[in-house]
Amino acid sequence: MEDIAIRIEQVSKLYRLGIISSGSLKEDIGMLLAKINKREDEYFEAGEQERKQLVWALKDITFDVKKGEVLGLIGKNGAGKSTLLKILSRVTEPTRGRVKIRGRIVSLLEVGTGFHPELTGKENVFLNGAILGMSKREILSKYDEIVEFSGVSKYIDTPVKRYSSGMYVRLAFAVAAHLEPEILIVDEVLAVGDAEFQAKCLGKIKDVSAHGRTVVFVSHSMAAVRSLCQSAVLIDQGQVTDSGDVGRIVDRYLGLNQVVTASSVHFPPNERPGNVDFKVIAIRIRNQWGDESNAFFVSADFTIEIEYEVLKDDVQICLSVSLNNAQGDGLFASLNTTDREYDVKRKQGVYMSSVKVFGSLLNCGKFHIAINGYREGWSDHFGINNVLSFEMLDDNALRGDYKQNYGGSFRPKLEWNTKAVSNSK
Amino acid sequence: MEANNSEEKWDLIIEQKHHWLDLDIRSIWKYKDLIVLFVRRDFVAQYKQTLLGPLWHIIQPLFTTFLFTIIFGQIANIKTDGSPRPLFYLSGLIIWGLFSGTVLSTSATFVNNAAIFGKIYFPRLVSPISVVISNIIRFGIQFVLFLIVWVYYLYFDGSSFHPHPGISILFIPVIVLIISIMGMGCGIIISSLTTKYRDLSMFTGFALQLLMYLSPVIYPAVIWGRYEWVMKYNPITYMIDMCRYAFLGTGQISIHGILYSLACSVILLTIGIILFNRVEKSFMDTV
Repeated sequence: MEDIAIRIEQVSKLYRLGIISSGSLKEDIGMLLAKINKREDEYFEAGEQERKQLVWALKDITFDVKKGEVLGLIGKNGAGKSTLLKILSRVTEPTRGRVKIRGRIVSLLEVGTGFHPELTGKENVFLNGAILGMSKREILSKYDEIVEFSGVSKYIDTPVKRYSSGMYVRLAFAVAAHLEPEILIVDEVLAVGDAEFQAKCLGKIKDVSAHGRTVVFVSHSMAAVRSLCQSAVLIDQGQVTDSGDVGRIVDRYLGLNQVVTASSVHFPPNERPGNVDFKVIAIRIRNQWGDESNAFFVSADFTIEIEYEVLKDDVQICLSVSLNNAQGDGLFASLNTTDREYDVKRKQGVYMSSVKVFGSLLNCGKFHIAINGYREGWSDHFGINNVLSFEMLDDNALRGDYKQNYGGSFRPKLEWNTKAVSNSK
Repeated sequence: MEANNSEEKWDLIIEQKHHWLDLDIRSIWKYKDLIVLFVRRDFVAQYKQTLLGPLWHIIQPLFTTFLFTIIFGQIANIKTDGSPRPLFYLSGLIIWGLFSGTVLSTSATFVNNAAIFGKIYFPRLVSPISVVISNIIRFGIQFVLFLIVWVYYLYFDGSSFHPHPGISILFIPVIVLIISIMGMGCGIIISSLTTKYRDLSMFTGFALQLLMYLSPVIYPAVIWGRYEWVMKYNPITYMIDMCRYAFLGTGQISIHGILYSLACSVILLTIGIILFNRVEKSFMDTV
């Protein structure tokens, strides 16, 4: 049990919705008077209504974070992530349950908390450091590093109100980055700054975790969560939906979070596209874990399934799947001629053919699927264009240290080799 | 997991607190550097880009003293117990200033720090404590001014002002302590209540003004004649009287009064901390 850094035990948080006593001296006195007079008047009823507007922002959250683990906390907006973070940061108290912590904990819900515009960069470094719980001596010993990391050493004696927003954030993050907590709680502070700076921040968090420290990381950037964390907890409507390996949880979240487009389509019986041999019932996309989804990492496999009804005996099914990019350019088509049972004659019934698209093929971006069906001999064609869309997400696969835009529709894994042809001795 | 639950060692347990008077001095002490930096920030931020800077601490009471001397002294001719008017007003003003300044600035604790309190944890009392220290420092500067004026009257004025300052001068730290505790107590009570009743923040300035007239700032308590007892219920009265007794040689010192003031300040601070702790927990959920 010694290797648990944070233990969250049945943490629940109750919030009241609506107006909560906004300058309500008058109302409170009214309620008080009503109670004295035992009058069931409007104030009393208002109180009753207020009691009904209670909402559990968190309900019985229980999980452990191991020492040295980097855990991603993911969920939709309003799922309760922020509330949990606030409880972990001691900004607010849980209504029920408790959180037990082993080790010095520092939370970063924001960079630059307490920065005062009139103070110089240097003064703010000390102030912000102290707010984050560093002693003056600690800050002094790290001061040079902080200033160098921030890259604003030239302006360190200038009031921060004269800083550009980028400089401001860089300095603020520099302070935070040089905290040495045993447990670090990070909110989406990475949403600020340019790409280069974000990469720097991620690198710093990686460093922190490499030193065996525990990190709880909340972000909407699945790529960031995926590249930083080993495990993840998925929160939905105030409850832990799933937890475990980061890849699986992130994919599950992406599957849950398909707001824009569906990851499957079912055709009603009288609208099924097809020909005299077979009609398509449904088309689905599944991630590598078998869940329906329409967002995948570029390095991950996914599968397109076509479910169809064969209308008569003894027919051979010919199918193709083609992909278009967001601009509508056709990228490639894949035929079911590679199916081991391609030339099997089917009897009447329902079948499902699937095609697995390997990871490290497509680049990040949006893609559309088109399905084509044929009778034996590739005749009597029918097509279903743009039937489903999906998105490929950048998980930094194959990038190495390349941080800039990765263009094109494909990101295939090819083989590179170098050898010396002639050597200057 | 089942057997040795109680033996587990945790550094911190976050749960709903139930103690009324939960004053964690040790964790506040841990943040002493932050208190110092807050005090510094308040001073630096207040006077950046002003020409006179901290001189304003001196100009304010001097100017008010000058005004009082003309209006209440020359025009209204209100008696000042026989001591030189400027010294009488200045002594009253700086002590009153310490109290009202402390109340006003601590009463805004939650409202002013909402942004920080919502993002990061540190013992919340750090904020009012740092504000109280700022006010004490300001009082210190003003007290030096008072001493200069006092020395001037003592040696260079040549008038009949001959107080015999004795050991009672050493009471000044006691006065500062009691006034500060009282100010902080009132301030955090108000700051806790204003999170719920915003009207109170409007009321505070008005109430302070009223209280000033119930304190012997502009006139000695005796001037109220039959209603002097009203002043006697005001614990600040004794503090101002004590200061004047020490430096101006007027009035008297009353042990009862000092004990009464001390009791008031401790009670106010205790109520303040209880309320503060209650609000501190729910503050972020209601504002």
